[in-house]
Amino acid sequence: MGKSMDTTAIGGCNPEAAICTRGVTRDFEAGQQTITVLHGIDLDVRAGELTFLVGESGSGKTTLISIMCGILWPTLGEVKVFGTDIYDLGDTDLVEFRLQNIGFIFQQYNLIPSIDAANNAAVPLIAQGMDRLEAREKAVGMLEKLNIGDQAGKLPSQLSGGQQQRVAIARALVHEPRLVVCDEPTAALDASSGRRVMDLLRDVAVAEDRACIIVTHDNRIFDLADRILVLEDGRITHDGKDMPEGH
Amino acid sequence: MLWIAIRMLTGDAQKFYGLVFGIAFSTLLITQQLTIFVNLIERGASGVYNVSSADIWVMDPVSRTTDVAYAMPSTALDKVRSVPGVEWAVPHIRAQASVRTKDGDLEGVAVIGVDDATLIGLPKRMLEGSTDVLSQPDSVIIDDVGTTRMFPGQSPIGERLELNDQRAVIRGIADAIPSFTSTVVLYTKYSQALNYVPGTRNRLSFVLVGAENPLEAKALSERIERETGLKAQTRDEFAQDGVQFIIENTGIPLNFGITVMLGFIVGVAIVGLTFSLFIRDNIKQFGALKAIGVTNSKIRRMVAVQAGLVGLTGYGLGVLGTVFFIWGFSGDPTFKGFYIPWQIPLISALAVAVILALTGWLALRNVLKTEPASVFR
Repeated sequence: MGKSMDTTAIGGCNPEAAICTRGVTRDFEAGQQTITVLHGIDLDVRAGELTFLVGESGSGKTTLISIMCGILWPTLGEVKVFGTDIYDLGDTDLVEFRLQNIGFIFQQYNLIPSIDAANNAAVPLIAQGMDRLEAREKAVGMLEKLNIGDQAGKLPSQLSGGQQQRVAIARALVHEPRLVVCDEPTAALDASSGRRVMDLLRDVAVAEDRACIIVTHDNRIFDLADRILVLEDGRITHDGKDMPEGH
Repeated sequence: MLWIAIRMLTGDAQKFYGLVFGIAFSTLLITQQLTIFVNLIERGASGVYNVSSADIWVMDPVSRTTDVAYAMPSTALDKVRSVPGVEWAVPHIRAQASVRTKDGDLEGVAVIGVDDATLIGLPKRMLEGSTDVLSQPDSVIIDDVGTTRMFPGQSPIGERLELNDQRAVIRGIADAIPSFTSTVVLYTKYSQALNYVPGTRNRLSFVLVGAENPLEAKALSERIERETGLKAQTRDEFAQDGVQFIIENTGIPLNFGITVMLGFIVGVAIVGLTFSLFIRDNIKQFGALKAIGVTNSKIRRMVAVQAGLVGLTGYGLGVLGTVFFIWGFSGDPTFKGFYIPWQIPLISALAVAVILALTGWLALRNVLKTEPASVFR
């Protein structure tokens, strides 16, 4: 077991925490049974760090990250993202909050196959109401930053897995969100590509005013983390710079 | 986002064309079948439409249409003429006969006898020859359906016929609206028609009436009924009765109704299935959009735009297909005068709207039910 630190903090949230959860519990109904997937998680995630959320399948990490980014309601508990109690917001306000403040990188990328890389990367800006051409221009700038500006006009099917991943990263960052959430970003990549993507993420997604959480169980990249949280059976069992022994 | 919705739809060419085809096919089936139905049943009134100068048709009280008429005594004509407000009244006979061509073929025809002096009762336009030819002995004028049926590829002018054992010579071709059964029609003078059509003492089918004031035709028809005991109907009423007769006495409305319903069901099936497949294939993308921060109302608008695009394209193609069909067959006398009443495209548009609303709603339910969190699974 690593340091306990603020993951078990009791009481109010640290105002400087990017994400703060207090007593977050999540139950799922399975037929007549109620399964508790998260057991009263207390956690502070700091800005400026690359935080890994690690755990076996079924440990509750996807549920926790979904709750932290406002797409899954907790059964109990409180979640604050940059000081906003997100589950106190109305449905529309919560969606708007996500649009303005959170960038997502999905394991399957979930790019829209019929629009080119630049337009895929521009989706959050277009959803915010920005003019499509202006949004595209900004997205091309982000793709250039990720060294795939020359692929801007290509459809996702014309790109390699690594390039698609970069488009997904561009989409997550183009609207300059304060929280970036990545789900298994290296799962589909070989070791060197995975490390390149992680280096890239560290370069573009980690900033003083931005938090970046990565859900992974890819032990090839654990050394790149600033902080590793291990989740087991719905409880945080480790919080430290390195993985605990035996994992 | 609407641009993205359209690109999502058109980007999957196979499904996009499947959806457009489904709507186009439904529209074509509904529009084309309704058009044929309306034009066919209107043929029940063709006998009335062909005599445009008569304001009122007077007949035996049991008569129902131009083809289902019970003959009246010739004195009926004088009775009608004596009613105040009647400007003119002429006799009109319609009867069935058999005709034998010079090749020996037998054809059932309708013989229409028009007023000897005024020729009221003839169609307005002639395709060949003039109405004056009826003043020549044994003259008949044939309609264009008869020309096509009895003399395909040749002119019937001058042809001799054996009409109920009497000699008849075709001397003109009338531009007439075909009857419901597309029977060959031979027009001749009333006096001549009496020779051609053997029968009982009473052979006057109708008295055609011109009103002094055509705007008061309805009042005049009521007066004629009161004073003569005969049945009198305005032109519009009698035309409507002809249409109604077809509706009530044939299986046409049911058969066409079934086809229209099939068009609707096929539309729902094809479009519903394809739309569902399209949504299912894109459910991850929709889930991602929801997670990123696209509201349900924006998603609804996206699906509505996709449905609207499919609807407009498919509907346009379907209506265009019907127009081409009508145009393509316009040279065939059976389809002569066919038109698309404005109400029919409106009905198909409503049907398309219902199909898309139904299938769009079913597809949308899946999108709205999708938890944004599902993108992490």
